[in-house]
Amino acid sequence: MSQYLLRRLLIAIPSLLGISVVLFTVLALAPGDPFEELATNPAVPPEVRAALRAKFGLDDPVMVRYFRWLVAMINGDWGYSFVSRVNVDELILSRLPVTLVILGSSQVLALMIALPVGVFAATRPYSVFDQIANTFAFVGFSLPTFFTGLLFILLFSITLDWLPFVYRADIDATGWAWFWAHFKQSIMPITVLGLFQGAAWTRFVRSSVLDVIRLDYVTTARSKGLPERVVIVKHVVRNALIPVVTLVALQMPSVFGGAIVTEQIFRVPGIGSLLISAILANDTPVIMAVTFVFACLVVFFNLLADILYGWLDPRISYR
Amino acid sequence: MNEQELWRLMRRVRDGKMSRRAFVRRMAAVGLTAPMATQLLAFAGVSPASAQSVPEYKPTRRGGGQVKIIYWQGATLLNPHFAVGTKDQDGSRLFYEPLAGWAADGTLVPILAAEIPSIENRGLAEDGRSVTWKLRRDVKWHDGEPFSADDVVFNWEYARDPATASVSVGSYRDINVVKVDDFTVRVEFQKPTPFWADAFVASRGMIIPKHKFKDYVGANSRDAPTNLRPVGTAAYRFAEFQPGDLVKGEANPNYYLPNRPFFDSVEVKGGGDAVSAARAVLQTGEFDYAWNLQVEDEILKRLEAAGRGRVNIVEGGNIEFIQLNQTDPWTEVDGERSSIKTTHPSLSDPAVRKALSLLVDKKSIQDFIYGRGGPATANFLNNPPRFRSPNMTWEFNIARANEILDQAGWARGPDGIRAKGGVKLKYVFQTSINAPRQKTQQIIKQAAQRAGIDIEIKSVTASVFFSSDVANPDTYTKFYADIQMYTTTMTQADPQLFMNQYCSWEIASKENKWQGRNIVRWRNEEYDRTFRAAEGELDPVKRAALFIKLNDLIVGSNAIIPLVQRPLVSASLNALRAPLSAWDNTFWLLRDWYRET
Repeated sequence: MSQYLLRRLLIAIPSLLGISVVLFTVLALAPGDPFEELATNPAVPPEVRAALRAKFGLDDPVMVRYFRWLVAMINGDWGYSFVSRVNVDELILSRLPVTLVILGSSQVLALMIALPVGVFAATRPYSVFDQIANTFAFVGFSLPTFFTGLLFILLFSITLDWLPFVYRADIDATGWAWFWAHFKQSIMPITVLGLFQGAAWTRFVRSSVLDVIRLDYVTTARSKGLPERVVIVKHVVRNALIPVVTLVALQMPSVFGGAIVTEQIFRVPGIGSLLISAILANDTPVIMAVTFVFACLVVFFNLLADILYGWLDPRISYR
Repeated sequence: MNEQELWRLMRRVRDGKMSRRAFVRRMAAVGLTAPMATQLLAFAGVSPASAQSVPEYKPTRRGGGQVKIIYWQGATLLNPHFAVGTKDQDGSRLFYEPLAGWAADGTLVPILAAEIPSIENRGLAEDGRSVTWKLRRDVKWHDGEPFSADDVVFNWEYARDPATASVSVGSYRDINVVKVDDFTVRVEFQKPTPFWADAFVASRGMIIPKHKFKDYVGANSRDAPTNLRPVGTAAYRFAEFQPGDLVKGEANPNYYLPNRPFFDSVEVKGGGDAVSAARAVLQTGEFDYAWNLQVEDEILKRLEAAGRGRVNIVEGGNIEFIQLNQTDPWTEVDGERSSIKTTHPSLSDPAVRKALSLLVDKKSIQDFIYGRGGPATANFLNNPPRFRSPNMTWEFNIARANEILDQAGWARGPDGIRAKGGVKLKYVFQTSINAPRQKTQQIIKQAAQRAGIDIEIKSVTASVFFSSDVANPDTYTKFYADIQMYTTTMTQADPQLFMNQYCSWEIASKENKWQGRNIVRWRNEEYDRTFRAAEGELDPVKRAALFIKLNDLIVGSNAIIPLVQRPLVSASLNALRAPLSAWDNTFWLLRDWYRET
């Protein structure tokens, strides 16, 4: 097991290197200039821009810049934001907690919807409940989050005036008032993300449970005279969840991707909105760092999924 | 009325022998508008009543709660010497103050200065080579240290050091700053300088504290902890900063003006997009003020109908205009197209340019595209009013355009397109991708078609069009097209920097990496001469006349076609009173913001 883990970790290194090369090249080839604003402002002499470009080494060839970045990264230096003139790791660390809270809650919400609805629908396949659940699930994962987000704003903020649509990380209140304000402003982003994810998982849970429920050992359990509740919870769901857990882990990175758009719509100050503003400002070190964080997450969650799978299902062995 | 008589009248007003009102009336009789007359008085040393430039501040106590402001781009840094964009300058302006700021009418308002220098108070040298600023004596930094002339001198040393890489270096490198006493500094110029209000004024003049930054001049400027935790002199002091997301300030209890600031705290939230920012103020009232709403006027009107807030329109000098390339974009000379060694085969003909200017339906562009955000104009230099030319007019007249082209010998060919000597009137018209600009292109293309001119429309992604990427052929400074359109900004209340865009030494070329500001590549000796004269003219009235002449020269040549002015558009809740100015930052007078009850 530990040998397997080590091998997987070693394989991760070249793939991360490859990802970083691709990211860096694409960013270097993309049009735009981090000091564009300096160029269009008549009051700033061109020498300032030239000096800044030289200071940040932007005039060097791509190869040189890449290796400089790589060496710094290995030494734990994430780089320096051209636009904010602060270290990138500080920027990311200040944005990460909000993203984690919003994403974490939305995943919990998604599971809370997907598990009961999926299992219940699978135990009564093609019933009215199953049909309705299926339809909603289908609608749910077909609608992109930016669309449902706007729809929610239109309905709950503008027409009904119940919820604020601008997320403020810092609220002037203590105790319950603070909690209430945070709860109110988090409802919409969490629901938008949670419903989208929940819809996809509902269908997956349903089909996974349907696969298991037809197996012989379930029939055996039933014929032993076990109550239906025990059969479902102890025998069916437990086994049906093995692929679901893997799927949840595998989908985490794409959840981060979906959060980028949602964060922008609700002005949630997470790393997604940091990425968007960095892209708009051509702030290469920040773009590089954030996308690299996403890449690491993909690799990490892939690994986690593999390990979880083996742990949950001892029939699978590592070699 | 000649100039001498004008001066005589102005002296009479100054000496109290003639009322201001009578003077303005006399001026109106000879065709000068009231704002222009008041400006003249201001320059002759007759200071206007303060209420004229800055609205009255009514609150009699502090404690107005929180004011919430939404920017669709959040401030990313809080050191004014590194702040390029308005969002960063505004973030810094929450906590830092300059010696003086620009009011909406283009006059100076003292902030950290005790008074505005003038010839009368001996602040301005008669020869235009120096300006002496007297500072307020009651100012303290937020950490309790006293503010003095040393801080002002330090800012000059800090910004002019090339290793600091400050964006304000242009305002400080060519001057010399001397401390006269603890509360007086003198700025010395190398040559007579009529426009002396650049260093220490407005967005580039915010003063940072010497005691916090003195160890961080030059290459280690980026390591200063105060870059992220500003210590200033303003009415609000630093509370919290999340780059790109949030800046928060709380009332400075020791502010030097009574009853100010009104609010207990100020919060500036960034991110999102302009339309939803407008929504958050006008429709849901979640925020008190929304910045820079480049949103179609129709949408704003619909949001305004909710009755919670209003749209503020502040006139400045920004202008959307068309350039007619004076060089040939289709011939390559020494590795560059649109080289100054070529001339455009048809756009160099004044008749063609005149015809094109008659084919631009500015009224429709204003009425159907820009609305309140873009009043049509005949001038390139529109504001402050004292520099606005009364001589230029515009009309939309297809028949007249046809007539002019016929007379000049441009005859319609079998395909309906005019040509002369093998040269066809076929143009490529480029601009950035932006819905109002594409609509404007359509309006012009259709009108041109009816005059036998064929226009091919091209639109370039904004991030490419406005980039300074030397390798990209589609940037606006390279101008590899016949016609192009964009907005040029006027960042100061003085037009000197704005009007150098047509000087022959500013022509953009491969040699200067296309950083020259004369992008239309128009050359005119008289323009160059007049500009040089304006640079050194100390008499404000004569100088204004020179700038008006510059405007008339370039607009009269039709090498550019002014379309619409682009005033600053923002939104605020009905009760909020916020003095705004297009010549300075949004927060230039944040200390005077209050909420009416």
